[in-house]
Amino acid sequence: MFRQTVNITTMNLRSVLSRKGSSSIIVVGIAGVVAVVVGLLAMSEGIRSALRETSHPDRVLVMRTGTQDEITGWLSAAEVNVLKGVDGIGTVSGELVVVVDLVTRETGKPGVAVARGVEASAFELRPDLTVVAGRPFQPGKNELLAGVNASDTYAGLDVGSKVNVRDALWEVVGHFDAGGRAHDSEVWMDLPIAQAAFRRDGVVSTARAMLDVGSDAALVSERIRQEPRLRADVVFERDFYARQSEAKTGMVETFAYLIGAIMGLGAVIASVNTMYSSVSTRSVEIGTLRALGFSNVPVVVSVMVEALLLALAGGLLGGAVVYVLYDGLVSSTLNVGSMSQVAFEFAVTPRLLLIGLGSALSLGAIGGLLPALRAARLPVVAALRSG
Amino acid sequence: MGELIRCTDVCKDYVRGAERVGVLRNVDLSVQDGTFTALMGPSGSGKTTLLNLIGGLDSPTSGEIEVDGLRLDSVNARALSAWRARSVGFVFQFYNLLPVLNAQRNVELPLLLTGLSRSERRKNAGLALEIVGLADRGKHKPGELSGGQQQRVAIARALVSDPCLLVCDEPTGDLDRSTADEILELLQTLHRELGKTIVMVTHDPRAADRAQHTLHMDKGRLVSNIEGLGTEVA
Repeated sequence: MFRQTVNITTMNLRSVLSRKGSSSIIVVGIAGVVAVVVGLLAMSEGIRSALRETSHPDRVLVMRTGTQDEITGWLSAAEVNVLKGVDGIGTVSGELVVVVDLVTRETGKPGVAVARGVEASAFELRPDLTVVAGRPFQPGKNELLAGVNASDTYAGLDVGSKVNVRDALWEVVGHFDAGGRAHDSEVWMDLPIAQAAFRRDGVVSTARAMLDVGSDAALVSERIRQEPRLRADVVFERDFYARQSEAKTGMVETFAYLIGAIMGLGAVIASVNTMYSSVSTRSVEIGTLRALGFSNVPVVVSVMVEALLLALAGGLLGGAVVYVLYDGLVSSTLNVGSMSQVAFEFAVTPRLLLIGLGSALSLGAIGGLLPALRAARLPVVAALRSG
Repeated sequence: MGELIRCTDVCKDYVRGAERVGVLRNVDLSVQDGTFTALMGPSGSGKTTLLNLIGGLDSPTSGEIEVDGLRLDSVNARALSAWRARSVGFVFQFYNLLPVLNAQRNVELPLLLTGLSRSERRKNAGLALEIVGLADRGKHKPGELSGGQQQRVAIARALVSDPCLLVCDEPTGDLDRSTADEILELLQTLHRELGKTIVMVTHDPRAADRAQHTLHMDKGRLVSNIEGLGTEVA
């Protein structure tokens, strides 16, 4: 039986070349599905990665109890000072996070960016942040330091240019690369100047703090909760960004699978049609083989193998196309948490390519099954007569 | 010379929509081993249906068919497939060769169902091609051969597993006169020199003349037996 199956399957595959036109429908259809699904999942992966890379394992956000994001939170300067005295807390940076209107470079339309008012300690907290062009802003001046992605995304953020924010002209004095892509989409400025410009005197949105080496995070967190002069919760950066990315990536992934399902249905119908046509074209051949004494099993296997191999070719094609076109491509999306743009890179990972190939093979299997069963059930005499 | 084929009260009906159409009606037939029988009749008379039943490609609605000691009407599809592989060689009007395989590989096909080694399969297929006069065409694909040559390859394929029965459905129906004569000559040789039992459906009286005896069918019944040597119609 095994030898029968191998021989009939090999013969069938050799005849695929003579059916290039119809076979390519399956390949192209499935390639389209895989490209769209993997492309959308690569977007989701990129967003997740951009937000995840912003976090440091020992860095925490201290946020007003009950707030979910930086924009809506607030802490007084007194609270930040109390925080600095909590045992187990190292460097602390009170930061004012607001949104500013800028013009999007690509469309020329208004967009929103995150502006972060910071003190020198913010740079201490983020040692991987480097100024890659110009210089840092000087305290007490209306100067901006733009993240590398922000300077790409928004017009007017070239070093030396001036941009109007909150009825004042701010000079862009430099660009920074935070190595973490969420910050790279922000513009930074001096905290006291930002507080004055945005009328938040004496208030910050959140505080970032580095835990002392060897300190127990749970214990520190409990101390902050127990501190009567502080009404705040401690959230690890990784948890904060994971929560921020969930809303966005969840939506993208749902969309990916929904679109994939709709396109997949189309691809399955095309596959079924093509494989029926293949079986129909080969019906005399199938009838002849069965007349000679070959059993049904090799016939079913040969049809299934053909469908699966065509689907595999489609999966590889779709994966290759999306990898070549999208992997590493920088784009940006609205971060629901801060209502600002976050730049990310499409990440076509091996895991996503495997998901794509798995989807392709599933579609091929579904598309090949009915025609294979039909080929097996076709009476020998009817198959011979169909020529 | 014993009896190879016995059909007793064989009926075959087909259902077309709500209608049941009787294609064969109470056919009784006996064919002796080593004979060459032609089956003639107008279109729709049931001759190909009878041939398909004798070759184990189809099952009767009622009646008994026994070929080479096996009751074809009472075995399952799997057993019938195995029996066909062992006992019957088929020759079709349009040759039914697999276009992606060369002549040698087409002839080898039935041997894939045996336990023969690859070299034995090659040797036997080469021998069969030699018998039909195409030993030098083994590497050619069907598309590179003439109609007559393709039919010779098909006959080699039918012979290669040394079956006791060859069933031929209009083997010359797609060939010109002189090529058809060559094919019929070949079938006669197989019958005479190798002792093959041949049952051949044909429309062509000149083809039927090559057979030892001719059966006529009309409206699903066997109506006459010409030169009835070795064949009986009840």
